[in-house]
Amino acid sequence: MKAVEKTAVLTSGTVPKESLEILQKYKGGKGALIPALQELQANFGYLPEPVLEEVAKHLNLPLSKVYGVATFYAQFHLSPRGLYVIRLCTGTACHVRGSGAIMQKIRSELGLKPGETTADGRFTLEPVACLGACGQAPVMMVNDDTHGRLTPEMALSVLESYK
Amino acid sequence: MRVNSVDDLNKLKERLQKEHQLKEQTDTIVTVGMSTCGIAAGARKVYEAILKEVEKRNLNIIVKKTGCIGLCEQEVLVEVACPGRQKILYGKVKPEDVPKLLSEHIVNGNVSAELVVVGKAS
Amino acid sequence: MLYRNHILISSHTADAAAIKERFERELAARKLSGAVKVISSPDLIDDSEETLVVVYPEGTFYRGVKADDVPHIVEEHLIKGRFVKELLRCEYDDSTVPSLDRLDFFRKQQRLVLRRCGSIDPEDINDYIRTDGYQALAKVLTAMTPAEVIAEVKKAGLRGRGGAGFLTGLKWEFCAREPEKVKYLICNADEGDPGAFMDRSLLEGDPHSIIEGMTIAAYAIGASQGYIYIRAEYPLAVRRLKNAIAQAEEYGLLGENIFGSGFSFKLLIKEGAGAFVCGEETALMASIEGNRGMPRPRPPFPAQKGLWGKPTNINNVETYSNVPLILLKGADFYSSIGTEKSKGTKVFALAGRIKNTGLVEVPMGITLREIIEDIGGGVQDNRKFKAVQIGGPSGGCLPRSHLDLPVDYDSLSQAGAIMGSGGLVVMDETTCIVDVAKFFLKFTTAESCGKCVPCREGTTRMLEILEAITRGQATLHDLEVLERLARVCKNTALCGLGQTAPNPVLSTLRYFREEYEEHILQHKCRAGVCSDLIQYQIVAERCVGCQACVRVCPTGAIRGEKKAPHKIEVLDCIKCGACMEKCRFDAIIRS
Repeated sequence: MKAVEKTAVLTSGTVPKESLEILQKYKGGKGALIPALQELQANFGYLPEPVLEEVAKHLNLPLSKVYGVATFYAQFHLSPRGLYVIRLCTGTACHVRGSGAIMQKIRSELGLKPGETTADGRFTLEPVACLGACGQAPVMMVNDDTHGRLTPEMALSVLESYK
Repeated sequence: MRVNSVDDLNKLKERLQKEHQLKEQTDTIVTVGMSTCGIAAGARKVYEAILKEVEKRNLNIIVKKTGCIGLCEQEVLVEVACPGRQKILYGKVKPEDVPKLLSEHIVNGNVSAELVVVGKAS
Repeated sequence: MLYRNHILISSHTADAAAIKERFERELAARKLSGAVKVISSPDLIDDSEETLVVVYPEGTFYRGVKADDVPHIVEEHLIKGRFVKELLRCEYDDSTVPSLDRLDFFRKQQRLVLRRCGSIDPEDINDYIRTDGYQALAKVLTAMTPAEVIAEVKKAGLRGRGGAGFLTGLKWEFCAREPEKVKYLICNADEGDPGAFMDRSLLEGDPHSIIEGMTIAAYAIGASQGYIYIRAEYPLAVRRLKNAIAQAEEYGLLGENIFGSGFSFKLLIKEGAGAFVCGEETALMASIEGNRGMPRPRPPFPAQKGLWGKPTNINNVETYSNVPLILLKGADFYSSIGTEKSKGTKVFALAGRIKNTGLVEVPMGITLREIIEDIGGGVQDNRKFKAVQIGGPSGGCLPRSHLDLPVDYDSLSQAGAIMGSGGLVVMDETTCIVDVAKFFLKFTTAESCGKCVPCREGTTRMLEILEAITRGQATLHDLEVLERLARVCKNTALCGLGQTAPNPVLSTLRYFREEYEEHILQHKCRAGVCSDLIQYQIVAERCVGCQACVRVCPTGAIRGEKKAPHKIEVLDCIKCGACMEKCRFDAIIRS
């Protein structure tokens, strides 16, 4: 429940102490912005606005630059995400082996559009370009677990196991 | 362990080769293909099932991991190498196949025909 | 009653009955009678005069069993779960097993770069050293000058495995020539092409080969700091690489004064943050520097002004993995493999509608047919081959008539595809070619960084036209516009992404124009993929009114009385096809 609890702390508007500790490590380092954002996101599940402001202050960068980088890369998120992130592969191999039907099934079952999070904060649906497990197409990842050779029904039962 | 010179490297290589040869002559080695593809097909569960079976039956075998063997379609891939026999590559192995596969192959000496993909000369 | 074990006893010997009775007695004494079933089997027989016992579910075969062995079997096998080794029947019969070199999948391959993949433990540096690992580095650092290393790689004819196929040795030479003291070396492991997983497999299966190749390259160009820029979508590869770097450092094979040669090299991992364009070298460097991953015009080339303005050499994973092999076996050996202008082997990821999906390595010059039919086993489910997509979103779709094309850099680019990183996705007649072109354009449109107009606007406009075609709302004039846009984008975009983004469109227009025209003129999608051009209907004569389809229809578009023929409301149908899949009477058809 780590991500969800953290979210509650952050909406109160204060900057959590951990973020300052994390940032200490990156002070003055060359090319530190992306790794710093990566570690902060791993810690909070997303990048809250006050944290971005701290990043700019600590790394001595304009906030516009921090924001520019955070919005350029697909990996960074500025709003909270679900406890489980479903990364459904929509790559070529998965596409020709039927990932479209799985996407439709998950969308209708969870009532989500790509990029959205369920109201209970459990699942975020995130289509990705390729997970590189094409031999097992169609494939999806739920957090760090990879599941392959899916059918729409199997995909749902995989999600069931994360409830 | 530090390799300070070419001589060190060659000595280490020779020692490792000798140890490996000895192991191949005396021990049964079971290797599971554990790349992302294999894991997506369930390799981690198969690996755990093998370890469990080894412990439960007190089997004297070495269990190893390796990367992609290349035959993604046949994942999960498990290679069984018994001393003095050709290596056998099993495909589409599920955790529930493990007790039977190990006992048939290692204990009874039979190759599980329905799972075998290919044999390799050892 | 469910039994935990079954024990089968052969019935052809004199003491069989006594053994069975002894089993039952022993089991009763241990309160196992209800859990283990003992069966006397007349079928269990071999040519010996010994009593045979098989314990299931394991199927353990004991022979020459005597009544006095029974307590031991019960104690060891049924209670402790161990085997009674003295009684095991062990006869090897491997004659029925097909051998490795007979299997076409392996027979036509030449596994050099992949030689350790799938045989060594990638998490153990000792396995790498045992199989000649770091020998090439030892030779290079103690017996060769940087110039000699470059000469050898040039002579081998190695070309970059990431895309354009530039000569690796020449690239190194450009960088080595720069007078600047500080230089950098980068490994591009940002394998973003959908349908490609060669680099991931190498990183996961043989990470030290990349570290060794990079260290050799660093020595050749005079760099002491290297980066591996790797996709964050590959968590296992990142983990194995980190582990490999730590082990190499511990052994002194990375770090200060390697092999006492005075040469030092430090290697860092940079995880990508999810941007396909970062596979382009100048964008990748911008990303390492902590900026938005946007490409810049070249020259200056990275060899002159690269990372943080210093001379930098970038190669991809597979290229570096080839390097130790070349220096260990020599340029002559290496250049004896392949064709005149494309040397060595290439790793391909076989995927899509093919029987043997997998990771294969073949000598350059092999034909597509050999890869797809012999190694790949042909198209899945006995369907008909339609096209092979080679080179990902920057590559092209080649038709059946090109199956005998030799796979090398130049033949492929002449045919309108590229070697790319090596993804091969096979498509059959259930794949719509316009849909595939649309799929890639959707991808490149989303991944375009937006810096230059031809790519930012061009891909978007092309995608709009492709969408209109798949909806049946385009005209033949749109095809001309599409072709013109594609050529403009190809010729004027800033970086490789934009210059190659039109390739899927151009190659499909070149080889499958009639399918585009069918979509436009007849509003027909022959593969039945483009949902706006198809309709689902119920054949009244075949429908029994079981309502199985009604239950799966997500929009409630199927109506009718129970046990009477049903109808699909065209306006409500979203064409998901769930009903057709469910119907057991073939009463639902797609037209």
